[in-house]
Amino acid sequence: MDLLEVLKTLCAAHGPSGDEGEVRERIAELARPLADEVETDTLGNLIVHKRGSGPRVMFTAHMDSIGLIVTHIEQEGFLRVGKLGGVAPKEAAYAPVRFKNGVRGVLVPEEKADFGKLKLDECFVDIGAKDREQARKLVRVGDTAVYCAPAQTLLDRVNAPYLDDRIACAVLLCALERVKAPACDLYMAFTVQEEVGLRGAKTAAWGIEPDVGIAVDVTGVDDTPGSEKSGTARLGGGAGVKVMDSSVICHPQVVARLEALAEERNIPVQRDILRSGGTDAGPIHTTRLGVRTGGISIPCRYLHTPAETADLGDAQACIRLAEALIQG
Amino acid sequence: MLNALKQLCLLNGVSGDEDEVRRYLIGRAEPHASRLSTDALGNLIVLKKGRRSAGNRVMLCAHMDEVGVIVTRITEEGFLKFDFVGGVDRRVAVGKPVVIGPNRVPGVIGLKAVHLTGREERKKAPKTDSLYLDIGAKDKKSAEERVALGDYGAFVCEPEEFGEGLFKARAIDDRVGCAVMLKLLEEELPLDVTFAFTAQEEVGTRGAFGAAFSVTPEIALVLETTTAADLPGVESHRRVCAPGRGPVISYMDGASIYDRELFETLCRLSEKNGIPWQTKEYIAGGNDARTIQRTKAGVRVAALSAAVRYLHAPAGVGSTADFENMLKLTRLFLAEIAERSE
Repeated sequence: MDLLEVLKTLCAAHGPSGDEGEVRERIAELARPLADEVETDTLGNLIVHKRGSGPRVMFTAHMDSIGLIVTHIEQEGFLRVGKLGGVAPKEAAYAPVRFKNGVRGVLVPEEKADFGKLKLDECFVDIGAKDREQARKLVRVGDTAVYCAPAQTLLDRVNAPYLDDRIACAVLLCALERVKAPACDLYMAFTVQEEVGLRGAKTAAWGIEPDVGIAVDVTGVDDTPGSEKSGTARLGGGAGVKVMDSSVICHPQVVARLEALAEERNIPVQRDILRSGGTDAGPIHTTRLGVRTGGISIPCRYLHTPAETADLGDAQACIRLAEALIQG
Repeated sequence: MLNALKQLCLLNGVSGDEDEVRRYLIGRAEPHASRLSTDALGNLIVLKKGRRSAGNRVMLCAHMDEVGVIVTRITEEGFLKFDFVGGVDRRVAVGKPVVIGPNRVPGVIGLKAVHLTGREERKKAPKTDSLYLDIGAKDKKSAEERVALGDYGAFVCEPEEFGEGLFKARAIDDRVGCAVMLKLLEEELPLDVTFAFTAQEEVGTRGAFGAAFSVTPEIALVLETTTAADLPGVESHRRVCAPGRGPVISYMDGASIYDRELFETLCRLSEKNGIPWQTKEYIAGGNDARTIQRTKAGVRVAALSAAVRYLHAPAGVGSTADFENMLKLTRLFLAEIAERSE
């Protein structure tokens, strides 16, 4: 399995929060030959199980991306939209978007809007429809849209709108392929609705009842000109070993275990403390009686913009680190 | 059903103080219940057996509580300082009558006289700590004889039908859901249904947590109200929904993305049976569904709401036809779920 190929496949699939079906299908196709069981739970999380003896270890990567949802269709054929997750209207303005059925559009601010304080309800999507009647034939209220831009490589780096968190899904699938005999009872939960409040992981964790939880997600970096120094990771510095974010303080045993494995196998790692933003590690560690939880992070620039950029070497290090934890 | 709704809208049940509403519901539900209990948080949970055995699979949910005020301090002059319970619109609170505590002591929400305010002050909604409750007491001692710290205050508004098929009352949110559920409890049901009348929704969907955890349904339908902004000067894409256009079937709000298949089932049932329906054309608000959905290994949730203007103000306005259609659609929904389990 080639990381970049898997990533491109997953980035081309439609999967904003609540509408993850296409991504789930792609992941299920890739995971099925590698796993004992592949199931979808009540909220839509894809649960991949590979049996092994040892503690029950649950990895997560969320399938959903941020996106837009149609709330209203104007007389003139323009669409009004609401946000799915942390869409910053300024960053989304003038971006091309696509709907699941292939309809294309572009998000445009109203003329009178103050761009500095732009709100999403001052924007609309132009799909080229000449009136409401034509628009209604193409799109319904409740339909979702995502940024429409392909993944492209920038030297050893990759740039695509939805590295968050398709790159982690790809990392887990690649790790799963490498694992022959897990030293744990392995669950990989590809979760839904992370971007709207870590919702899918909460029910997935309850259902799986793990001994150890590992959330694989992208993390912010502060290695660009004029950055706010909001994170500790940098691109190209290796796999991030999560210490904390807004949703979790990682269990010290999990942090120590990941760091020891990295040293033993010569995997480049860096510590990751994300000061704003949570991950699926949050709901996992507070499930039932509590779960020893940590995270593996892929450093990523320009999060939640159409220009998300990550280093493929870092992602490879994450694959090796996940594999090491699974093989023991 | 409208009679039950009127009675429910006369009862006081500010979040955490739902007893009056609960007692009324128990009285009405008990003759029809297969099992009835009140849990530690104050949720009333009623199981009614139907023609088909379904155990705990299907839950209907409406909250008993409403927004209001709570007394936090009594001043030397005999005025009461208070806090709002739940999201009350402060712009409309001033000058409104309330009744306080178990003895329903009448009071009025007061604010300093308009001629004493500055130009800037008048442009903004008053801050909570600039407001007080006037119960006509001459001093602290006299006030203390009538009310105590921690007493709840509820708004006062006579429920009545008016205009073209509209209905005004306080606490339509969510007594209309309670009224729909009471009506269904009186009917023969196509399958077993658990009716959860929840507490403390307005302060963060707190009661639903315990209710959903103990019931653990597979499917939950939340019967609610939602804010209508079909008012002069509001642009079409910010109007959300409108009374009289049918029950609001939600695909998403500020707190939940609803189960898509259940959403589509409700839309289809409306269309097929000639029931008008609308959806929420703006993402805002939330209800018990958010807590129910994320309980244990997850619950499929749907919501059906009456469009109500001035939702968290002392008087809300909804359409009686919408209320009746909520009942019809809920009935059809239960029939559909029962058919599926054949």
